[in-house]
Amino acid sequence: MKGRTAIAGLGMTEMGKVYGRTATDFAAEALALALDDAGLAKDDVDGLLVNANHSAEMAPMLQMSLGLEDLTLVNAMSAYGSSAGTMLQYAAHAITAGQASVVACLYADAPLSPGGSISQSSYNGRRIGTGSGLASLRFAYGDYGPANTSYALACRRHMHLYGTTHDQLGTIAVGQRAWAQFNPRAQMYGRPMTLDDYHASRWIVEPLHLLDCCLVSNGAVAVIVTSAERARDLRQPPVYLLGFGQAGPGDNQRAGREPAVHTGAKRSGELALRMADVALEDVDVLELYDCYTYTVLVTLEDYGFCEKGEGGPFVADGKLGPGGSLPTNTGGGQLSSFYMWGFTPLSEGVIQARGHGGERQVPEHEVVLVSGNGGTLNWHSTTVLGA
Amino acid sequence: MAGLVETSSRPVPIPDDESRPFFDGARQGVLLLRRCHACRTFMSPTGGIGTPLRPRCVKCFSADLEWAPATGRGTLYSFALMHQVYDPAFADEVPYNIAVVELDEGVRMTTNVVGCANDQLWIGMPLEVTFEQLSDEVAIPKFRRPT
Repeated sequence: MKGRTAIAGLGMTEMGKVYGRTATDFAAEALALALDDAGLAKDDVDGLLVNANHSAEMAPMLQMSLGLEDLTLVNAMSAYGSSAGTMLQYAAHAITAGQASVVACLYADAPLSPGGSISQSSYNGRRIGTGSGLASLRFAYGDYGPANTSYALACRRHMHLYGTTHDQLGTIAVGQRAWAQFNPRAQMYGRPMTLDDYHASRWIVEPLHLLDCCLVSNGAVAVIVTSAERARDLRQPPVYLLGFGQAGPGDNQRAGREPAVHTGAKRSGELALRMADVALEDVDVLELYDCYTYTVLVTLEDYGFCEKGEGGPFVADGKLGPGGSLPTNTGGGQLSSFYMWGFTPLSEGVIQARGHGGERQVPEHEVVLVSGNGGTLNWHSTTVLGA
Repeated sequence: MAGLVETSSRPVPIPDDESRPFFDGARQGVLLLRRCHACRTFMSPTGGIGTPLRPRCVKCFSADLEWAPATGRGTLYSFALMHQVYDPAFADEVPYNIAVVELDEGVRMTTNVVGCANDQLWIGMPLEVTFEQLSDEVAIPKFRRPT
């Protein structure tokens, strides 16, 4: 399976507060861009994988909206933020098994509207999982915007166990903002920030500052997966799928286990690196799922770049930022570029592996490690990309 | 919004068939948890998006579950302070705590700690259950420092 398939096309729309367009419209543009990027036509596509998200349009019906016909692989998939990696895996397996030859993987969303605040968008926890019975208990406790709260709880736990500080978490946010200054597509392009800005940003759910939290974006990303052989004949340098893995550690409501502190990144990382037959020292670029600064920190620990609990001191010297020894989230990530779930780290990983990063290109880019994380560190995917 | 009473006050859960014993217990001042009749494993009443009730034992997968009283004692596992106002009903309450309590029964539940200033909260602090009456019919468990 290693290296037998590759990403041959990447399409990205304008991102952020881009109003008046539907998720379907963004998806169509991203697909058109990805096909053009690869040098393929719509009728070459025989597989469509849609990342099911908070947009009702991200469903199998999208096939009809996009005018795709005679497909042999169709699915809407979701393990939340880990989906991009799991979609690549499904595509790779299907292509290797001869079930499809050109698979489009799509993410699109349009939660933002003019004058609307994010807390009133689909990311308001109220629209997710409301109901009667015990499911409605959380709202009686004032537990809205469930992701913010549950990551705050995980982050506080880590701070308690290991002494992780806001200075350390802030260094992650500052480093990624610095990367975003080299990415014209980033929502925070032209808006640099300092550690003081980080500390001064308001609390959302303490211990999370506003600048610990990702953006919310309108836009879309499409990637085209095909066989390595075919990719070599297409327009762009192939980005090989060298290794991948998943992990779902399970319930964090049982005593004696802490999957939000010891996350699925460990298991899925081991699986992906073993399949790719690469060691951590071989990784040139990291594109880590960063719904919050804490997610980056805990993922670094669980991948083994440092010991458990040492993530804070590990990142404190700024090694993740531009010019650092471990270039991470080189487009600005979800914190500072745009929020397309797992397609944010994946798209930047493809750009870096191709060597198309322009001013932000990391000189060595043979091996790129991409993570995905869904729920509150409930599901993890790891993808090793190779130039 | 289905299942929630929208008023100017805070949302009140509506018991359904599955959760009625839990809310009946709360109204009578008893914290009931689902427990496996076969292996005695307790299960959390909270957590996850959507219904948190586990239909089978999470350990031995038996379907023979019962509602059993918990001691109501535990410790603070983690807490967060909500500053963002998602619902105007909570505008006067921010910053308020969202707490995860690890119960002596080996499960964690999401709740609030009451009667304790935010700066007096600490992970590991002992807690005990108390109940807040939200309406004539519905009470919910919260936690406080032991009396």
